[in-house]
Amino acid sequence: MPTKPDLMPGTLDMLILKMLTRSPQHGYGIALSIKRLSEDFLTVEEGSLYPALQRLLLQGWVKAEWKKTETNRRARFYSLTSAGRKQLGLELSQFEEMIAAIGRVLEGA
Amino acid sequence: MDSLMQLLRKLWIFVRREKFESELNEEMAFHREQAANEFQAAGMAAEAAQNAARRRFGNDTHLQERSHDVVAFGFETALQDFRFAIRQLRKNPGFATTAILIFTLGICTSVSIFGFVDAALIKPLPYQNPSRLVGVYESAARISRSNLSYLDFLDWKKRNRVFTSLDVWNGTGYLLKTSDGVQPARSVRVSAGFFRTLGVNPVLGRDFDPEEDLPGAPRTAILSYAAWQKWFGAREDVVGQTVALSNVSYVIVGVLPREFQFAPRGSADFWTVLDGSNSCEKRRSCHNLFGLARLKDGVSVEMASAEMKSIAKQLEAEYPGSNRDQGAAVMPLSESIVGDVRPILLVLLGGAGLLLLIACVNVTSLLLARSEGRKREIAVRGALGASFVRLVRQFATEGLALVVAGGALGVIAAGWLMRLLTKLIPAQMLAGMPYLNGLGLNLRVLAFACGLAILAAALFGIAPILRAPILDVRDGLAEGSRGSTGRMWRRFGANLVVVELAIAVVLLAGAGLLGKSFYRLMHVELGFQPDHLATLGVAVPDTMYKSDEQRVALVRRVVSRVASLPGVKAVGLTTLLPVSYNGNTDWIRIVGKPFHGEHNEVNERDVSSDYFTTLQAKLVHGRFFTDAEDASKPRVAVINETLAKQYFPEEDPIGKKFGDGDLTPNSLREIIGVVEDIREGPLDSKIWPAEYLPFNQSPDTFFAVVLRTSQAEQSVLPTLSLAIRSIDPSIGIDSEDTMCGKIDDSQTAYLHRSSAWLVGGFAALALLLGVVGLYGVISYAVSQRTREIGMRMALGAPPRCVYQLILKEAGWLIAVGIASGLICAVIAATLMHKLLFGVESWDAPTLCGVASVLGLCALCAAFVPARRAASLDPVEVLRAE
Repeated sequence: MPTKPDLMPGTLDMLILKMLTRSPQHGYGIALSIKRLSEDFLTVEEGSLYPALQRLLLQGWVKAEWKKTETNRRARFYSLTSAGRKQLGLELSQFEEMIAAIGRVLEGA
Repeated sequence: MDSLMQLLRKLWIFVRREKFESELNEEMAFHREQAANEFQAAGMAAEAAQNAARRRFGNDTHLQERSHDVVAFGFETALQDFRFAIRQLRKNPGFATTAILIFTLGICTSVSIFGFVDAALIKPLPYQNPSRLVGVYESAARISRSNLSYLDFLDWKKRNRVFTSLDVWNGTGYLLKTSDGVQPARSVRVSAGFFRTLGVNPVLGRDFDPEEDLPGAPRTAILSYAAWQKWFGAREDVVGQTVALSNVSYVIVGVLPREFQFAPRGSADFWTVLDGSNSCEKRRSCHNLFGLARLKDGVSVEMASAEMKSIAKQLEAEYPGSNRDQGAAVMPLSESIVGDVRPILLVLLGGAGLLLLIACVNVTSLLLARSEGRKREIAVRGALGASFVRLVRQFATEGLALVVAGGALGVIAAGWLMRLLTKLIPAQMLAGMPYLNGLGLNLRVLAFACGLAILAAALFGIAPILRAPILDVRDGLAEGSRGSTGRMWRRFGANLVVVELAIAVVLLAGAGLLGKSFYRLMHVELGFQPDHLATLGVAVPDTMYKSDEQRVALVRRVVSRVASLPGVKAVGLTTLLPVSYNGNTDWIRIVGKPFHGEHNEVNERDVSSDYFTTLQAKLVHGRFFTDAEDASKPRVAVINETLAKQYFPEEDPIGKKFGDGDLTPNSLREIIGVVEDIREGPLDSKIWPAEYLPFNQSPDTFFAVVLRTSQAEQSVLPTLSLAIRSIDPSIGIDSEDTMCGKIDDSQTAYLHRSSAWLVGGFAALALLLGVVGLYGVISYAVSQRTREIGMRMALGAPPRCVYQLILKEAGWLIAVGIASGLICAVIAATLMHKLLFGVESWDAPTLCGVASVLGLCALCAAFVPARRAASLDPVEVLRAE
């Protein structure tokens, strides 16, 4: 298996929050979405995903709820809170600034 | 705000911890299942898909731990570790009990000795700004610190510019009529500013007024709190009442605070004003006072000392007759109070510290041996997902659990031990150590205990980690692996054992030297037979027995009454009992010898005619006195051999005369006898020249009765005081005791005995711990080499060779331990030479004895595992491998 590049530090929380903007999802769903949307480029390690979710819960950016899935299984669904939405906006703008800045540096060099 | 919400959420999770765990579990199981489904959908067989999902997921426990870490409080994992540590210790009660007991022992001894050090040396004296208080003394040729004379004191007070105040005090005794008959009350006479200098205010009434010590002022007294409670019913109206002390009335003006103490005098009931009116205080040559002063700001003890010396020089020039060679000495008050006990306390603290060290080393090696045995467990836990940090923390926590248990037990035991040790101090000595009232588990002592515990916890936690095979999972898991770690432990453990043995040698040698000192001290030549002697102190009211004739008559009645008691063989009197102190001196000048005004200082004792025969002191030349030799007969004296040798070398002193510095006619005495040296001073002091004068020629109102009995001397004590009281109920009696009891309880004997016993106790424990430690190391070495030994035996090595193999290793350790210990012991003994008496710090018999005792015990300890090795059955050993 070829080694995949690590996620940029600090971006996991942002990606999770982003995945939850449209509808609540369970942990597996979040991982799957990230994988699909990145066209298999990014794989979220389960070992990072769940601690990150706990962190977001603690911060109050997401909330969790046990619901049935389409296949009638019990799963914990995470949804975005208003504080989380605000946080996502903040992180996105910071991230864009960062990317832009890195881009300028690389072009200038 | 956000952080508060976070904290609340954490708390919420904390109280629902089990729910959190199960939900997380369920969530992760769901995740795994979905992943397996995905693999299956991609065409994998069901089982293979599940395995693949699990593999991708990684170590379950580890993942859960990571989520747990996010939401958990820091202390939770610590608590978890702690619980696990306690479970581990309980699983192995033998190990846990041994380790905790050893550590308890070390902490208990160290903390209790430190309690004494704190009470005596660290806690400040209970006066205002006590570090500025000093004791002020005169000095003489023979005595570096002697009493002040009243007239010198007045001049010193007037001329000095270094003290804000200078006061004097001296101990005295008054006879007090109580409901239980006349009792001598310990008292102190002080100059009027005494309590102001200390910075102490009475709780009731007032202090002495500044003019109150001028001659002619009304007589006033201040009560101690205890006396107020005991004799005056703690009544508030006591101020203004009069009290009769030795038949003289005093007006009570105040009561001292309950916590007031004045160690130099021990306990005292009455404090009266010293106005310089007694006969001694009218003579500049009579020294009876102690000085107490408060230094001015910015003045050091050295500066004060220099100033007082120069004033003493001026006085020497002005009064050459009385003040020749009279210098001055100033020292901190605390030094004058605890100077005597400081060396012994420091030695004991050192001994206790070494014992603690040996205990810690022992526990460390136990922990090391155990971590070796737990190699597999550690490897398994590592494989199951415990991180390195977590494992290290686990070890540290186990060490901490030991320290907490041992430390708590040790501190409790120390509180108890301190009380026990205080009970062992003779009552009279304890009275002179009021600073021990504060003895106990105070904050400083507890802080000290905590400090020791932290150090020990660090040691216990770090030692196993330093050499732990923690990360070597595969090596640990492999069956029967015994790689480099075994050898490494052996080397490390061996070093520890050498340290233990060396410490044991130091303590044993210290105990040996102190024990020998004590033996020498108790067998020092006394010059008399102390057994079967009973003594008591008598105080006669001088207002009722004013003339010498009255006193002589009373004393004759006392002697004949006591002599008639059953079992009494002989009775004598003296102004000062032997084995008390060198002092109460006289300055003599020998007729017909060159004299330039020097002070020939000799002990003066006024004794009855039967005193020497009662003591069974030996006459060298001439004769003793007769009872008829009173004021009407020519004045005579008996001298001791030291005086004879010093002032009459190579001539016969009998018939020679001496007198005071001016050879005043009525001071002249003829020497009629020479007695073998009687030890007047403490057991460890030098013999001074002494003169013994007939009591009947200068009768005193304070004296001691000595009697020799045919039966046990204790049995006469109760009848003795009754007999004397029956002569005159106004006579005061105190300190009934046997001579042997007095000698045993004397400060010198006590200090030597207690240090010998305590250090001896430390040494015995150290020996035990050291030998056990050696046994452990050798046993371990044998268990590690079972296979090798089996092989050797299978190849034909006789048991002798096996013994040799093991004992050689042990012998090497023992030799190195003893050799390094002996070097340290000599250094340690040199440091405590002040406590040694009649023994050098390199005393060869003691050191050889210690080396052979320790060597023998250690060899025995090594012999047991060696025997086990030699009796191995090679077939079994090799088959077991």
